[in-house]
Amino acid sequence: MKEIYEVRMHARAGQGAKSGSQLLAESAFKLGKWIQSFPEYGSERRGAPTVSYTRISDKRIRTHEPIVNPDAVLVFDQGIAGSVPVAQGLCEEQGILIINTTKSVEEMKKITGFNGKIYTLDATGISLKLLDVDAPNVPMLGALIKITNIVPLKIVEDVIKEHFLVRLGEEKVKKNKEGLRKAWEEASS
Amino acid sequence: MSTWKPLSGTQAVAEAMRQINPDVVVAYPITPQTPIVEFFAQYVANGIVDTETIPVESEHSAMSATVGAAAAGARAMCATASQGLALMWEVVAAVPGLRLPIVMPVVNRALSAPINIHCDHSDTMGATTIGWIQIFSENGQEVYENMLLAIRLAEHPDVLLPAMVMQDGFITGHGVENVEIFDNDKVRAFVGTRNPDRYLLDVEHPYTIGPLALPDYYFEIKRQQEEAMKHVKKIYLEIGKELSKITGKEYPYFESYKLDDADAVIVVLSSTAGTAKDTVDKMRAEGKKVGLLKPKLFRPFPYKEVRAALKDVPVIGVLDRSMAFGAYAPVYAEIKNALFELDKKPKLQSYVFGLGGKDIFKSDIEKAFNELLSGEVNSEEERYIGLRG
Repeated sequence: MKEIYEVRMHARAGQGAKSGSQLLAESAFKLGKWIQSFPEYGSERRGAPTVSYTRISDKRIRTHEPIVNPDAVLVFDQGIAGSVPVAQGLCEEQGILIINTTKSVEEMKKITGFNGKIYTLDATGISLKLLDVDAPNVPMLGALIKITNIVPLKIVEDVIKEHFLVRLGEEKVKKNKEGLRKAWEEASS
Repeated sequence: MSTWKPLSGTQAVAEAMRQINPDVVVAYPITPQTPIVEFFAQYVANGIVDTETIPVESEHSAMSATVGAAAAGARAMCATASQGLALMWEVVAAVPGLRLPIVMPVVNRALSAPINIHCDHSDTMGATTIGWIQIFSENGQEVYENMLLAIRLAEHPDVLLPAMVMQDGFITGHGVENVEIFDNDKVRAFVGTRNPDRYLLDVEHPYTIGPLALPDYYFEIKRQQEEAMKHVKKIYLEIGKELSKITGKEYPYFESYKLDDADAVIVVLSSTAGTAKDTVDKMRAEGKKVGLLKPKLFRPFPYKEVRAALKDVPVIGVLDRSMAFGAYAPVYAEIKNALFELDKKPKLQSYVFGLGGKDIFKSDIEKAFNELLSGEVNSEEERYIGLRG
């Protein structure tokens, strides 16, 4: 692992990439890491492409530039992959690209032009089944932590509870945790 | 005991305000307002502070109500950014002359037109000449500590001037980082309560605030304001020393990073200084002796101390996140001013970057450093980083 582990999340506004980035950062924070989580704000309206960033490090993070060479990229909507250069700066040897799609890895390779390690996951399917909304952020996080091992599942579960309990209630917290675990189980590391 | 929290820069300000526990916080919650008052309103709603919040109908009214509360004797605050600061301008300009120690966090953002609410320093750079103390902050940690320092500084009897505490919009304002929040009791003891020697609600000792002063007295009153500003530097250091006892950190006028033996130095405010420090380390590892000066106290500007720090540097680049159309960019102008007294002056270059939230990367800063090291500079030319041709 390089000095700072960097994750970039591409999504559409409303899919929860900002909270996804924050949940990841807060989980790493609980492990005693230095963290940074920040979204790129465009003229945000539901459906518009968004980018969120997370940095995790053992040392204090000083830089405030956007992430240029991510270690992992999460794509919350396969439609973006064709129009936004999601794999930009991602290293083909070590980089990891995780895409929310029902398409095959081969198809996504063609669409993104990325020849490194691609993982696919039907995060929208998981979210629709459990919560009846297209909120792929938590399942995507489940896949990321399984594949990369950057934070343990249990810690992310705790952070989800802290974040959502007051706002969404116990039932939704349970469903979110289920979604996290389902994606975690399905993703192959 | 201190507590580490994952906080955005605006949350860090709200945490400082929680510990300051002002009597009155005035808010006009609309774009381009920041989440500061939103977070703070939750503390009020949850009974964590006993502040009275006053929702108003515009930023102009926000500052007006803050002035009213401060004149009445309260510790009163509001927060703003961008167009919000522009709209409250008339009243903002009146505060220093009223000698009201209002502390206002400002999350630096661009001014229209074109419409833009992203980070640059145009909003507060327009307010450098009216008598507010200005302190810039690199990250959430600094903005939290600067808020605590500012409240004591503004309210000091030898100062009694308002203070703006800045951080970069979105970049640190909405960016979440590790922030150490210091012990409540210690911080509360440090910030204390406001004890004005005169205030409007003290009916036993009536006094007039904000009267008419025609040509016979206006000038004299303004001269007193400058005298108060002259006290700020000394008291800033004194209060900083006191705050150090809680935080273990130092509060200089500016931060010097690997400056002493540097062949080239960049001067830059706020969040970009963090990015520049990483650039300095990278270039140092490659054998290039570069350094950084990050101004923190911008008003009053510490000319003498900046001059002493930069006097032996062969070449200096100043990166401004705003423009002063038709004049040198604001930070560049101050650095150039500071160096006038030197017999042997460093070479200088002005760079403008990041207007309206345009990203700046380590590679951009490295390029600027290399240009400085090459000596290909022109002190009368403004160059641009990240500008499309």
